[in-house]
Amino acid sequence: MSALVHLRNLSKTYTRGLQKVEVLHGIDLDIESGDFVALMGPSGSGKTTLLNLIGGLDGPTGGSITVGGERLDQLSENALARWRSSHVGFVFQFYNLLATLSARRNVELPLLLTRLSGAQRRQRADIALQLVGLADRAVHKPSELSGGQQQRVAIARAIVSDPELLVCDEPTGDLDRQSAAEVLTLLQQLNRDHGKTIIMVTHDPKAAEFARRVVYLDKGTLADNAQRPAA
Amino acid sequence: MKYLQLVWAALLRRKTRTLFTLLSVVAAFLLFGLLDSVRGAFAGAGSSVAGLNRLVTISKITFTMQLPKSLLERIRAVPGVADVTYANWFGGIYQDPKNFFPNEAVAPNFLDAYPEWRMSPAQRTAFGNTRTGAVVGAALAKQFNWKVGDKIPLQGTIFPQKDGNNTWTLDLVGIYNITDPKQRAQENALLFNWEYFDEARAFGNGSVGWYVVKVGDPARADAIAQAIDAISVNSDHETKTQSERAFQLAFASQFGDIGLIVGAIMAAVFFTLILLTGNTMAQAVRERIPELAILKTIGFTSGSVLGLLLAESVLLLLLGGVIGVLLAGSVAAALEATSGFVLPPIVSAVAVWVRSLGMMVLIGIVVGALPAYRGLRLRIVDALAGR
Ligand SMILES: Nc1ncnc2c1ncn2[C@@H]1O[C@H](COP(=O)(O)OP(=O)(O)OP(=O)(O)O)[C@@H](O)[C@H]1O
Ligand SMILES: [Mg+2]
Repeated sequence: MSALVHLRNLSKTYTRGLQKVEVLHGIDLDIESGDFVALMGPSGSGKTTLLNLIGGLDGPTGGSITVGGERLDQLSENALARWRSSHVGFVFQFYNLLATLSARRNVELPLLLTRLSGAQRRQRADIALQLVGLADRAVHKPSELSGGQQQRVAIARAIVSDPELLVCDEPTGDLDRQSAAEVLTLLQQLNRDHGKTIIMVTHDPKAAEFARRVVYLDKGTLADNAQRPAA
Repeated sequence: MKYLQLVWAALLRRKTRTLFTLLSVVAAFLLFGLLDSVRGAFAGAGSSVAGLNRLVTISKITFTMQLPKSLLERIRAVPGVADVTYANWFGGIYQDPKNFFPNEAVAPNFLDAYPEWRMSPAQRTAFGNTRTGAVVGAALAKQFNWKVGDKIPLQGTIFPQKDGNNTWTLDLVGIYNITDPKQRAQENALLFNWEYFDEARAFGNGSVGWYVVKVGDPARADAIAQAIDAISVNSDHETKTQSERAFQLAFASQFGDIGLIVGAIMAAVFFTLILLTGNTMAQAVRERIPELAILKTIGFTSGSVLGLLLAESVLLLLLGGVIGVLLAGSVAAALEATSGFVLPPIVSAVAVWVRSLGMMVLIGIVVGALPAYRGLRLRIVDALAGR
């Protein structure tokens, strides 16, 4: 079995004051290495929560998460941080670039945590920027780039340390059609040509068409036809 | 070092705000540098007289207490003493109390003890021969536009004359120059004849404010100082023999506990600085929550985020502080050069730097602690969701 992501009976409960809300109820899900999964579902169904658990940003209340053979639910906070730095890249709806840093410096950020020299970091950052088609924008600040370009810088940052897994939370949610299509094409390329496993939350059925398959989440449970391949 | 770019980027995020914060740090440490060297001068002075060729003997109790003139010959008899002279503080006022300058009645041989105060031989002779004669430093003469031959009326504040008259009219017979910048303050003084002063004053006759002792061999200054003080031990006028500098500082201290005053001012300044900078830092971190969340997402541990935020405030304090203390150095130098300043802060610059750098790091940590703690506790999923 070559499942990169392996979820068993996964549950997540948030506590608001005295009130406990179970957001995910016993999720079982396998995602093969090299897959491109679109995660869809109504607002509040728990998509972001599930994605954050798979990316190791938060811990589950129950069940197990295994990613690349590592039991994330058993790692300490610092161990999780170290794991994230080399095994997963993140792309968010609002890019979340550091405003005062150039595109290249932003892309370099994850490499600061490695032993690479300044020259090596710069070289890798430039390769990543080239891959997302922004080699000529390396010294631009985020404010000097369009939304689509900023999101591509964020993608470069996500892949610069060469993780096997990319998790994307509504990466095109803030983009116009044209830019969204560029970003999605880029993700598709990364999946096809570079073997990245991608899990992408989206509300947009058109965006989901770029994925290999679609998983539906409803009120914290995977829908019966969850494993249906994309059209 | 590679993290420095992140710290810089954070500081440059709002350039104007950082600049203003930096300026307040500069101002605070400019003040700290100046006041600390003054305080240090007071704290460090007077402990040793080794290597000095001129000592000052005053009453052990308080230097305003008079000493008997009979000590003169006994001090002169101490082995190793080359010469002794003496003076009294007069404390007279010229026209208006705000025209303050030191004025003293001095023994006939007083100027011999101060060869670095330059005056023509003719004027020096005139000073010896004129009963009501006075000499002033060039700086003071310039301030009041005095020329040799002028009559200078001083109002006595401590000593009236026997006949009840309180105006002492002195004849200006000489003007001296001092080239050593460290002594330039002495150019603001007026000296007049002790004989005249002692005959005319209504009380205290035959007593002396302080003795100035010239030492033959500076290496023996310590032993000589002890021998002088031994003369009066167990008398009603026990003495303390110390360096001129310690004497000057003791004199200035009568106006208040300098250490306490400086401490209080600095406490107020740093308290304000901490409130101001702390508030700015807190605001800066609040605005950057999403960026900090991203750093953690990427794999920065909570500890390293804490470190980055602390480094940011410490760097800000160090930057402003070093500029401030450097400025303090040049301001002090300028004060000494133009020397209206009575107490040139001649204290080890190293000590001031050590204390200042310590304060910078300490305040940096205090100021950064709360925001940094906030960064440490930040939960990624909440921050990303804007909660
Ligand atoms: N930290 C939290 N504390 C309390 N409740 C939370 C927290 N995070 C999420 N929730 C709740 O859990 C539920 C699922 O949230 P989640 O963000 O996973 O939904 P989503 O499917 O991503 O929605 P959307 O499409 O609007 O992004 C929501 O009801 C939300 O209010
Ligand atoms: Mg969501």
